Amino acid sequence: MTYHDPGKPKQIDDRNEYHSEKPEGVSSQVETTEEIRVTTPPEISGMGHRMKRKEDPRFLQGKGNYIDDIKLPGMLYMDIVRSPYAHAKILNIDASAALELDGVLAVITGKDLEAHNLHWMPTFQSDTQMVLPTDKVIYYAQEVCAVIATSRYIAADAVELVQVEYEPLEPVIDPFEALEDRVIVREDKEVKTNRTWHWETGDKDATDKVFREAAHVVKQYMYLPRIHVASIETCGMVANYNSSTGKMQLYMTSQAPHAVRTVFALVSGLPEQKIQVISPDIGGGFGGKVPVYPGYVVCAVASLLIGKPVKWIEDRSENLQADSFARDYHINAELAADADGKIVGLRVDTLADNGCTDGQASSSKFPAGLYSICTGAYDLKAAHVSVDSVYTTKPTGGVAYRCSFRVTEAVHMIERMTDILAHDLGIDPAEYRLKNFIRPDQFPYRSPTGWEYDSGNYEAALKKAMDMIGYDDLRGEQAEKRERGELMGIGISSFVEVVGAGPSKDFDILGIKMFDSAEIRIHPTGKALARFGTKSQGQGHETTYAQIIAEELGLPAADIEIEEGDTDTAPYGLGTYASRSTPTAGAAAVMAARKIKAKAKKIAAHLLEVNEDDLEWDVNKWQVKGSPEQAKTIQDIAFAAYTNHPDDVEAGLEATDYYNPPNLTFPFGSYIAVVDIDKGTGVVKVRRFVAIDDCGNIINPLVVEGQIHGGLTQGLAPALYEEIVYDENGTCLTGTLADYLLPTAVESPKWETGHTITPSPHHPIGAKGVGESPTVGAPPAIANAVVDAMWHLGVRHIDIPITPEKVWKALREAGVQD
Amino acid sequence: MSKHTVTMTVNGTKYTREIESRLLLVHFIREDLELTGTHIGCDTTNCGACTVLMDGFTVKSCTVFAMTANGKSIETIEGVAQNGALHPLQEGFWEKHGLQCGYCTPGMIMSAKHLLSNNPNPTEDEIRWGLSGNLCRCTGYNKIVEAVQYAAEKMSAEQEQDA
Repeated sequence: MTYHDPGKPKQIDDRNEYHSEKPEGVSSQVETTEEIRVTTPPEISGMGHRMKRKEDPRFLQGKGNYIDDIKLPGMLYMDIVRSPYAHAKILNIDASAALELDGVLAVITGKDLEAHNLHWMPTFQSDTQMVLPTDKVIYYAQEVCAVIATSRYIAADAVELVQVEYEPLEPVIDPFEALEDRVIVREDKEVKTNRTWHWETGDKDATDKVFREAAHVVKQYMYLPRIHVASIETCGMVANYNSSTGKMQLYMTSQAPHAVRTVFALVSGLPEQKIQVISPDIGGGFGGKVPVYPGYVVCAVASLLIGKPVKWIEDRSENLQADSFARDYHINAELAADADGKIVGLRVDTLADNGCTDGQASSSKFPAGLYSICTGAYDLKAAHVSVDSVYTTKPTGGVAYRCSFRVTEAVHMIERMTDILAHDLGIDPAEYRLKNFIRPDQFPYRSPTGWEYDSGNYEAALKKAMDMIGYDDLRGEQAEKRERGELMGIGISSFVEVVGAGPSKDFDILGIKMFDSAEIRIHPTGKALARFGTKSQGQGHETTYAQIIAEELGLPAADIEIEEGDTDTAPYGLGTYASRSTPTAGAAAVMAARKIKAKAKKIAAHLLEVNEDDLEWDVNKWQVKGSPEQAKTIQDIAFAAYTNHPDDVEAGLEATDYYNPPNLTFPFGSYIAVVDIDKGTGVVKVRRFVAIDDCGNIINPLVVEGQIHGGLTQGLAPALYEEIVYDENGTCLTGTLADYLLPTAVESPKWETGHTITPSPHHPIGAKGVGESPTVGAPPAIANAVVDAMWHLGVRHIDIPITPEKVWKALREAGVQD
Repeated sequence: MSKHTVTMTVNGTKYTREIESRLLLVHFIREDLELTGTHIGCDTTNCGACTVLMDGFTVKSCTVFAMTANGKSIETIEGVAQNGALHPLQEGFWEKHGLQCGYCTPGMIMSAKHLLSNNPNPTEDEIRWGLSGNLCRCTGYNKIVEAVQYAAEKMSAEQEQDA
């Protein structure tokens, strides 16, 4: 683990750094089907059942247990004084008036933390971040100091009474200006530059050659703006330090409680066994609850210093102004085709505005995440991708918005570029994609940037989407409407996702490998408890993990209790984000269940007085081959494991597995959007949206549909509505939900969903992960539809969010009047 | 800060408390009465997580002073299930997977309850507009709409049976 780095900008130049190997015993090809596999009866509800969620009754009755619901005896409240400047020296902090207020116990400043060497902390990308500043602030709404009081109202009053004297400095808002190093954001670093790292992958010479020989080349600059996850629950903590036992309990909104525990141990010096991180019910995460924010650390320190429980709950504007943000990629892309129109090469230069620190929740070897998946669904000869990262005086950028590994940026770029190229060549975008897809017989497929796609059938998904939406008829309707001067567009996105991080040899966060874990205990009465290193924030793990175990062991899913989020009880894991739970912890559940099944076989053989080799498994029991009436159910065996186990077999029936995936998984899909544009106002209406997803084998179709609907809405949102905006002073202009527009039920279309099933050949149940896919895939479908509606007017590209203002201006520039 | 006496009926029980005049209704419900099913998601009356019924009408309790509710009747999510039986709306949200993280769900159910009390058979469009003051980040709303349709149908059928 490295942190408090000396400040040298990282120069990463790992070309083709990722070389996945084909795991042994993995078949190279899998069939694509549409039928969801179901092998257990409804009373067991293994995989494929539309089981109602087990976690729902408590939520439906207002009995969830979220962070702000936790109330401990003697609990104090923390509130935070924040900077009104994006860049300023702190000359003085006068807390005397605040401290005089009845009920105020303490005001904690950066100087106080410095005395314990806790004023800086590491980020998950091995950069450093201020907990509280000692000399200057480097983003608007930065935490300056914290007030601890007996009630949240008094704490808020005291915040107003803290007098901070600032000397404003010039902010660095534009990342292109940041490159000039005229104003340095991070003066704490040894090397005085805003450049943080350069990363590239692919074969530059081969790519340049392909471009020299290409018949058609299209170029486009595009910006994927800064956005915020805005989960409806903000972040918070209740820290409870017990000075007599030395135990620090940290209830917090964390998607990765184990990693947080380790980081807290290393930063604070508290022994790790004395730190218990508990993630209670989480009101949405989407990656925004992966990082450790300054508020968490100050809250924990406050409890440590005062010896009482301290609660900190962000309000919405703090959440929207100062947490971590996503995207902020400036992309210059070129796509080349040969004389037949076949796509042959991709060349991409990118500038990443990562804000004041590199706090991405990405694997240490991948500073630009999995951005190099950007060759997408197409069989290219060569590609070269580079990214430069800079500091600006903004909060941490590039972290997550239902995708933390830059796949959204990659997909948006390649799907926009493919559409531009198709339109330039005068070829229908659907036909053009079908012509250029990686063929099903090419899997496993090695991409020009080094990925090995596990399985795929891109044409099956696109053809199904085209059938479902009635593609040819829509093109006919569009032509008729265009005659009448009406603007209607059809947009396609055929995306390739990459999830399930990841194989230990390549994936780690701060050195901790990205495996995940499951522990299953079968009780004597045949009921079970299973614990995981992941943490649901609404994904439905209490149901889907139970279904996976039910599938493997034949125990009813209703009889299996799932627990996550308590580091004192759950096995170590890296948490839930980047669609990794099913590929990693889900696989661990399967492997642990199979260990139990193997032990159960020994016990069954003992009970039935037969040789193990004479037994076969059937849904929920070991039975004698050829004599199925001689059988022992998993419940019989569980009881025997504690009451009548053979002498040479340990008592009990439990197993733990730490699963190290052999490769990532590559979900995919094809989305088609139909939009109508009001020429007078520039308003874009998504009239229809068909989404065909292929996430491999499906555990619970109801939950998968829910994940896709939610993800599509978080694709619609940045496509049309959401953007975090700063003024020239670096002040955030979108710091409330009145300014930062989340779609409501009115803006969200009626999603039309479907699936194909192309299992992952290396995942033990052929599953791939699904949560991110729709957020990754949806924005370019909508953007492509808007441009498709306006292409004949000379419009080639509009950056998201495609606001009415942007469309109206583009139409006026094209000479269109009302 | 001056203290005032407030009396209100919450989920059928009458409560009297001494409170600060500036205390928000949502904090009164969550902290004084310890009914934590009503959530807080913003501070600008946009998200609707704190929606409760005041004398039968939806209010966003983060923007109502507790004193404003003096003498009034409040219903929160904890009062929706009757005698241990889930309300048709709660059933609908469960059946149709109308919730994921569950954080917006109480407010969503309270808004839907108000909608159905005024319009027992709403169209899809009316449901979407009726819930447009409640933000959900997880579900994409389709399944929430289905949940409300499920409840509307069930409640209409029950009413016919009663008649």
